[in-house]
Amino acid sequence: MDMKASKKLGLKERYTLMTRDLAWDTTYQPMDKVFPQTAYEGIKIHDWDKWEDPFRLTMDAYWKYQSEKERKLYAILDGFNQNNGHLSVTDARYINVLKLFLGSTPPLELMAARGFSMMGRHMQGAGPRVACQMQAVDEYRHFQTQIHSISNYNKYYNGMDEFAHQQSRMWYLSDGKSFFDDAITAGPFEFMVAIGFAFEYVLTNILFVPFISGAAYNGDMAAMTVGFSAQSDEARHMTLGLECIKFMLEQDPDNLPIVQRWIDKWTWRGTRKLASVGMMMDYMLPKRIMSFKEAWEMYVEENGGALFKDLARYGITIPKCFSQTIEEKEHVSHQSWIGFYMKPQATPFHTWIPTPDEMDWLSEKYPNTFDQYYRPVLEFFDAQEKAGKRFNNQTAPMNCQVCVSTIKFNEPGDPMEMCFRETTYQGEKFHFCSDHCQEIFEHEPEKYIQTFISSHQVLQGNCEPEGVDVNAPDFQPGKQILDYWKLDKRALGDFNGSEDQKNFAAWREQATKN
Amino acid sequence: MSNAFIAFQKNDDSRCIVEAILEDNPNAMVDDQPSMVKIDVPNRLVIKRETVEEKMGRAFDLQELQLHLITISGHLDETDDEFTLSWNS
Repeated sequence: MDMKASKKLGLKERYTLMTRDLAWDTTYQPMDKVFPQTAYEGIKIHDWDKWEDPFRLTMDAYWKYQSEKERKLYAILDGFNQNNGHLSVTDARYINVLKLFLGSTPPLELMAARGFSMMGRHMQGAGPRVACQMQAVDEYRHFQTQIHSISNYNKYYNGMDEFAHQQSRMWYLSDGKSFFDDAITAGPFEFMVAIGFAFEYVLTNILFVPFISGAAYNGDMAAMTVGFSAQSDEARHMTLGLECIKFMLEQDPDNLPIVQRWIDKWTWRGTRKLASVGMMMDYMLPKRIMSFKEAWEMYVEENGGALFKDLARYGITIPKCFSQTIEEKEHVSHQSWIGFYMKPQATPFHTWIPTPDEMDWLSEKYPNTFDQYYRPVLEFFDAQEKAGKRFNNQTAPMNCQVCVSTIKFNEPGDPMEMCFRETTYQGEKFHFCSDHCQEIFEHEPEKYIQTFISSHQVLQGNCEPEGVDVNAPDFQPGKQILDYWKLDKRALGDFNGSEDQKNFAAWREQATKN
Repeated sequence: MSNAFIAFQKNDDSRCIVEAILEDNPNAMVDDQPSMVKIDVPNRLVIKRETVEEKMGRAFDLQELQLHLITISGHLDETDDEFTLSWNS
């Protein structure tokens, strides 16, 4: 006998009932007053119900799966920590990648949580509102779990404890901060393109997939579980970003040029942000699994290319910067690492010259550029270091007014020439790392003249520890910048000879002998 | 033609899911990477609940994919029976 229980609702019905069916149109106030931000960017929407989350995830299922993810994650973290996991990483240089990650990533996750909370309020349709709400909770989870996973390392190694203070003050963290500040101060639709598309689709794929896969093979189970757990949410986030782009393009043909401009802008901003991830992969993982160039080809060139080809049916063209990003994939990771190596007194993580076999790996992975342009620089620095003349650039960096990267990338087509652009706006000069950043500035100069650039602020006396009298006759701007940054002096400079290096060696010795 | 792809953390559940994908997508290409696995299929990748259940020997809700997923590429459509990623180009 067929004794089937009454079938539960299908996914589509459940999604409809638990998202759109729970929403209502307001009557005391007109909808456009309740959702005042959806019109001013010029995006025209005719039917919000056309937006559907393709995952069809409802809030009850969301909590169920997210709690399962958390249980797995914390079980692994506990196991890793209880087992002295920090001593099982390939070598102590690896820990510096976590210091960089801690300063640059969790604070951005928190900004994403804030941004998506705002989207969850301001998007008029129930579909995007629910999806944005979930994403806000996800981002908050990433912010917390990343800090939790690294907190165990903080008990043993230097330079991690002031990341929150440093986030909005330190020169090299300004690029990420500016990315999110730019996005969150834009309108809701631009925010969705900036974060949902550029950050999730382009950027996190490289950070949380090949980089994390690398972290796993460097013995860091904590970073692995946090990274993959975060990325399992990112699959949903990318889908939301992509859905938003399609939705705008399908709603009205007038939206096309606006969306195109955002795609151009944010593809470039995402690319600039990725330079430091490239350096993490190529220089900071002692055991390498994939070069940044290979990751770029897989996740940006092919995957991004597939998306642009697909969006061509709406009239979207490949972003103008795309060919330059392809040229730069063979350069940026080297330029970034060399840039950081040259400033040993200005970061809470150590740098080093790659070992000879690591240089050979780089030659093999970058046959067109490494031996010709970057090996000679690194070998020169190595010789200087060994001769007791360690290169130390003590000047403040020059930063791009838009992406806030230090100006260090090469002129397109000429790796020996530094790319530098400038423009004058209202009698003041502004500097850029590229044509693309200059173009972004020129479209919205009033926004970007407000950019926080640490080097400028130092000279204006705005970066001093408490109690310093900037009007004193003998005041020297920036003299106490390390205190202003709350920089742990044990974490500065070369890995070779550092306290971390000595401690790690001693502790590992203890862990294997009686 | 572009590839649709999906990547999973390596574990027992995802091993069955990958087997199911290979059975239902004859053009699938498997890329084994440290601690993860990525599967590319030209144009369209489908995961069928029934096939996954057969491989796992238990009932499977496609939303459980959320637990093992790392990344995806392509437009998604998810129903009770199929999880599909595709490109329109």
